[in-house]
Amino acid sequence: MTAVTNLLIVGVGGQGTILSSRILSHLLSNQGYQVKVSEIHGMSQRGGSVVTQVRFGDEVHSPIIRPGTVDTILSFEQLEALRWLPWLKPVGKMIVNMQKLMPMPVITGQAAYPDGIDAQIKKTVPAAILIDGLSLAKEAGNDKSVNLVLLGKLSKSMNLPEEAWIAAIRQTVNPKILDVNLTAFALGRNA
Amino acid sequence: MNEVLLTGNEAIARGFWEAGGRFVSAYPGTPSTEITENAAKYAEIIAEWAPNEKVAMEAVIGASIGGVRTLVAMKHVGLNVAADPLFTVAYTGVNGGLVIVSADDPGMHSSQNEQDNRYYGRAAKVPVLEPSDSQEALDFTKEAFTISEAFDTPVILRLTTRVAHSQSLVKVGDRLEFALKEYHKDPAKYVMIPANARRRHVVVEKRLADLQKYNNTSVSNQVEYTRSDIGIICSGIIYQYVKEVIPEANILKIGMSFPLPEDLIREFASKVKELYVIEELEPFMEEKIKSMGIAVKGREVFSPLGEIFPANIARVLLGEKADAIQETPDIPGRPPVMCAGCPHRAVFYLFNKLKLTVSGDIGCYTLACLPPLSSIDTTICMGASIGVAHGLEKAQGREFSHKTVAVLGESTFIHSGITGLINVAYNQSAVTTVILDNRITAMTGHQHNPASGFNAKGEPAPALDLPKLVKACGIEHVAVVDPFNLPALENALKEAMSFDGPSVIITKRPCILLDKKKQDTPFKVDEDACIGCKICLRIGCPALGLRGKKAFIEPSQCVGCGLCENICPRGAIQNPVQKGDIQ
Repeated sequence: MTAVTNLLIVGVGGQGTILSSRILSHLLSNQGYQVKVSEIHGMSQRGGSVVTQVRFGDEVHSPIIRPGTVDTILSFEQLEALRWLPWLKPVGKMIVNMQKLMPMPVITGQAAYPDGIDAQIKKTVPAAILIDGLSLAKEAGNDKSVNLVLLGKLSKSMNLPEEAWIAAIRQTVNPKILDVNLTAFALGRNA
Repeated sequence: MNEVLLTGNEAIARGFWEAGGRFVSAYPGTPSTEITENAAKYAEIIAEWAPNEKVAMEAVIGASIGGVRTLVAMKHVGLNVAADPLFTVAYTGVNGGLVIVSADDPGMHSSQNEQDNRYYGRAAKVPVLEPSDSQEALDFTKEAFTISEAFDTPVILRLTTRVAHSQSLVKVGDRLEFALKEYHKDPAKYVMIPANARRRHVVVEKRLADLQKYNNTSVSNQVEYTRSDIGIICSGIIYQYVKEVIPEANILKIGMSFPLPEDLIREFASKVKELYVIEELEPFMEEKIKSMGIAVKGREVFSPLGEIFPANIARVLLGEKADAIQETPDIPGRPPVMCAGCPHRAVFYLFNKLKLTVSGDIGCYTLACLPPLSSIDTTICMGASIGVAHGLEKAQGREFSHKTVAVLGESTFIHSGITGLINVAYNQSAVTTVILDNRITAMTGHQHNPASGFNAKGEPAPALDLPKLVKACGIEHVAVVDPFNLPALENALKEAMSFDGPSVIITKRPCILLDKKKQDTPFKVDEDACIGCKICLRIGCPALGLRGKKAFIEPSQCVGCGLCENICPRGAIQNPVQKGDIQ
């Protein structure tokens, strides 16, 4: 029996983290894994810090991950990457979108956005992948496709066939925006 | 059988459909909303948004007496609103099966309190089922209908956020065609005057005893014996955590937590050396088990505050030190904020600027209590804003009302603000009520309501005429304004506040996330004109910040609402479309 793999998708409400976890969960269940996903909806969706927990393996009970046991963190934003970093296990992987979104305490001057987050992350996780997802999303034709760019990058670090990813995207994404999303996925995968 | 990945809420909608369910009614509330949204997708199901949970409960009682299988879903606090009909339908019983879904929110992800609604089962004397994952959410929904009809009782299906909003694989089945039952008059059962209710109370007590006996053999409970000394009694999501953390323990997983299966519990307790009951929020099962004279550890080692996580269980039962991760102090928090372009923002900016006392309510706009808008004095429950503002005037005197407003969204107003407004007119206070009409129930994820012009199936429906309704309540001073027109809004507010009598302002502008006509071009700061006064930062817009000493608009966030342009004293914020320099 293989161990359960834990993935944490973190970002800011409105960045499209939920769509990416939906694609991922379709992909993993199509591959025959047991999958459990925990999302939080409601008030925190509105521009707050959001997290989706994805767990897969032969047998999964809890949808909730224990701190310090995360295999991969996929972060949509720098500060959120730093916030969730302690959840990563010692040999965990990290993919970080280099976008910075100012939280309200920073906008109002009550707090400062930390400097040098990239260096801090690299110090803890030397193999962390830092990616300019927003530029690639723009290149794909829509700012909002950052989530698919990041999934593309994630797909390189997971040992699953590219066709399976594309099938899961087709299964999940609204057909009206499918082309942009497939382009974004390809750009992320090859970045 | 087909296996699909479903959230607990999706699985309940599916289970309702498979059980031959015909009618569902609800008021949206996190974490219950998606049950009704998903039920509405099935052609065989009549799905409705009701104005509030009490009306939803009454509608499903009618549907049950009318002979169909029916379900009502709400968040925990919604059941407070629907408690009156609940306690009486417990006496009348059902015709078609009736299931009440209560989605509790330990940890208050999106709620104003952490109440444990299993107590409603005990207080109203109706059975409570607690699924632990999406498969059980489907199975227990079907089981709840069987119990409801077999025992002539409504059944509470109690979820928590982690069950409602977690996805797991579910084996789905076909729909059972549930034939419409005959409607027959039975006043002794359905007319709850004291003489009839006294006889029904006898039936209720007998039913409870029968249910308790039945639960000892109910398939919803599950016993797992191992060679360990430790025995754990648990229900709901906690079962999944226990299986994860300490799979070697003996487990009694309770599916029906009221009335508890006493024989089963006694037997389990006799076979283990060290007995724990692990449950979030209140010691609901624990109190009963202790009253049976069984030694069990629960509240001594687990907190009643917030959620219990796998790490908490590992700490108590395995002595693991690693508990929750400590918040790192130099990482700024990221509380939720009103969206860029939110039509509520200007209203609360003015409340703050005019230094008003603000009696708030439940909706996205409750976020205006946070800095920098910092403009809400009280938030109690759905619809409370108007009643609280009225009481403030009765305590502080009439002058106080000229500096006080009640504020609530149109959906909240329809839910339970209308009666507060009638009270203001009838008992003659000078309360100014601001109704934020954004054409949708926004915070729960955009559900239609009686004012939006559409129903739960997305079909056109009559739209409530708010100004007419407000006038009919007895309010003479009524104004409708566009909140994006800041000067008009400020004038309307000042006029209403100085009016010596009750007044209402309706701010009308669709939620920015729905606004098809919105101006999408980001605004820009003219750095030469900006003097760094930071006045624009007072509106709390997530698209605005400082870069060096000058204001900066994050183009990926700005939707071009123009509020910041309106308040910049130097005219340094501009719309590039008007300036003709789009890049």
